[in-house]
Amino acid sequence: MADVKTEVPEHCPGTQSEDAGKASACAGCPNQTICSSGEANKIDPGIELVKERLLSVKHKILILSGKGGVGKSTITSLVSRALAADDLERNVAVLDIDICGPSQPRVLGVLGEQVHQSASGWSPVYIEDNLSLMSIGFLLGSASDAVIWRGPKKNGMIRQFLSDVDWGSLDYLILDTPPGTSDEHLSATSYLKAAGITGALVVTTPQEVALLDVRKEIDFCNKVKIPIIGIIENMSAFICPKCKNSAEIFPASTGGGRQLAKDLNIEFLGSIPLDPLLARCCDEGKNFMTEMPDSPVVAVLSPMIQRIIQKCEKTEVSSAVDD
Amino acid sequence: MLEGVKHVVLVLSGKGGVGKSTVSTQLALTLKEAGFKVGLLDVDLCGPSIPYLLNLEGKDVHQSTKGWVPVYADEEQKLAVMSIGFLLKNRNDGVVWRGPKKTGMIKQFLTDVVWEDIDYLIIDTPPGTSDEHITVMENLRSVKCDGAVIVTTPQAVAVDDVLREVTFCRKTGIPIIGIVENMSGFVCPTCSECTNIFSSGGGQALAEMVKVPFLGRIPIDPAVGKLADKGQSILVTLPDSELARIFRRLIEQITRSKEA
Repeated sequence: MADVKTEVPEHCPGTQSEDAGKASACAGCPNQTICSSGEANKIDPGIELVKERLLSVKHKILILSGKGGVGKSTITSLVSRALAADDLERNVAVLDIDICGPSQPRVLGVLGEQVHQSASGWSPVYIEDNLSLMSIGFLLGSASDAVIWRGPKKNGMIRQFLSDVDWGSLDYLILDTPPGTSDEHLSATSYLKAAGITGALVVTTPQEVALLDVRKEIDFCNKVKIPIIGIIENMSAFICPKCKNSAEIFPASTGGGRQLAKDLNIEFLGSIPLDPLLARCCDEGKNFMTEMPDSPVVAVLSPMIQRIIQKCEKTEVSSAVDD
Repeated sequence: MLEGVKHVVLVLSGKGGVGKSTVSTQLALTLKEAGFKVGLLDVDLCGPSIPYLLNLEGKDVHQSTKGWVPVYADEEQKLAVMSIGFLLKNRNDGVVWRGPKKTGMIKQFLTDVVWEDIDYLIIDTPPGTSDEHITVMENLRSVKCDGAVIVTTPQAVAVDDVLREVTFCRKTGIPIIGIVENMSGFVCPTCSECTNIFSSGGGQALAEMVKVPFLGRIPIDPAVGKLADKGQSILVTLPDSELARIFRRLIEQITRSKEA
């Protein structure tokens, strides 16, 4: 923690703003000279590096949710596995930018693997021939290691993940994000500005306390101009394995994800039911779709994946026309 | 800083969506029921849930000569609440801030809010081990912090992140009051069969592994979720539930260790 000692004035206008270094709050700030010189406002050279590195990556998808624990990482793993299994010629990679709570190594079943450095950059860890993963989890010495970093360090790590990983040629790069609308999200979107983001998949659970944060995330997407591919509702209904009756564990008192999508004019991609076996497969890093092919989750997932593919490839065409 | 506050309790979890805010609100409400004056500070700036959970959405924070006056959840003014949710014009607005701005806001929450004669200040945090947590921890160095209640759900993917939070507490010298395991098992309302949706026992195993007290296991109860936004203590609404029992024990533990 000692490495970033930033005493920021209470009303700091932000280093990127026009008032940087000139506002009254800047008086006495140790960074005032840097800010007023305009140095902080220059375009980050990382943006170009990222663009170059990701030239051979066709679609970049962000998995977002304002709320934690709604299933971003689970859905990331399901979507990426399904995309890879659907067509063996399709190359898919996952980048886990949840720096403080990386879950992908466990969920994709590659816990304890290591990342190797080569002349062309970091080699990601391969789960299948056409599915690879990069996560800070691979760089930690032990499972109990905490990443106690403030924003700027997280920003640097995300930049390295985007510019220094040797992904090869990819059809889909899926970014799993932490909850919130802060450093990780801003870093990812700003570094991907030149490379382009295909769109975001927004994950929610049905109850209002989750929707509340998800609306904030959608507001974020609108502010930074990321198109939203669609909303996925997770943990919808629970079907008791004994009596087969369905129960609402997280009651959709305000209409859940479907109503949210309708209100905000975003496509609703579907509801994924709560299946305890899915949680277990994630814990054990198993491929849910091959382990439990008869689960209602798989039935919902297939059309969802097809729709995502359809929308992504369509976006590509329309942007080509625009050019 | 925090001159009028006697005890500070943090509610932490490396993982999101495990029930930190629900535990924080219930903890605050239960302490209030027990006769204490309580403050509840929500430092989750990007996803504030406390105003919704206490049914206080739309309330305003007022400025006085001494500083910000928190929002009171009850007429007797025994539960004071502060959250960025009270400062937003629209409940759907995102707070798109990087670390330094979040740090500034949290410092203001800690220094500029007039907490008057508070016995317990409960601080609800966002998931992770980053800016919000470092800022709270650094600023609480000058104040006595009683410790942290750590919330987890049972599945391994959550326990992984919570273990990192334990490391954070150890490294920064925050005492751990104990671990609560939330969403442990769901009893079917039709046939009473208990299903461990997110597996079971993970929190207890973690508590044993890192040698901190295990405070109890809270089953999934949709009734709690439904009552959640009414701003009432579980001791009043469902006094015989497992949850009520856990909170009674939790309060006992928190108040006993402090009185000495």
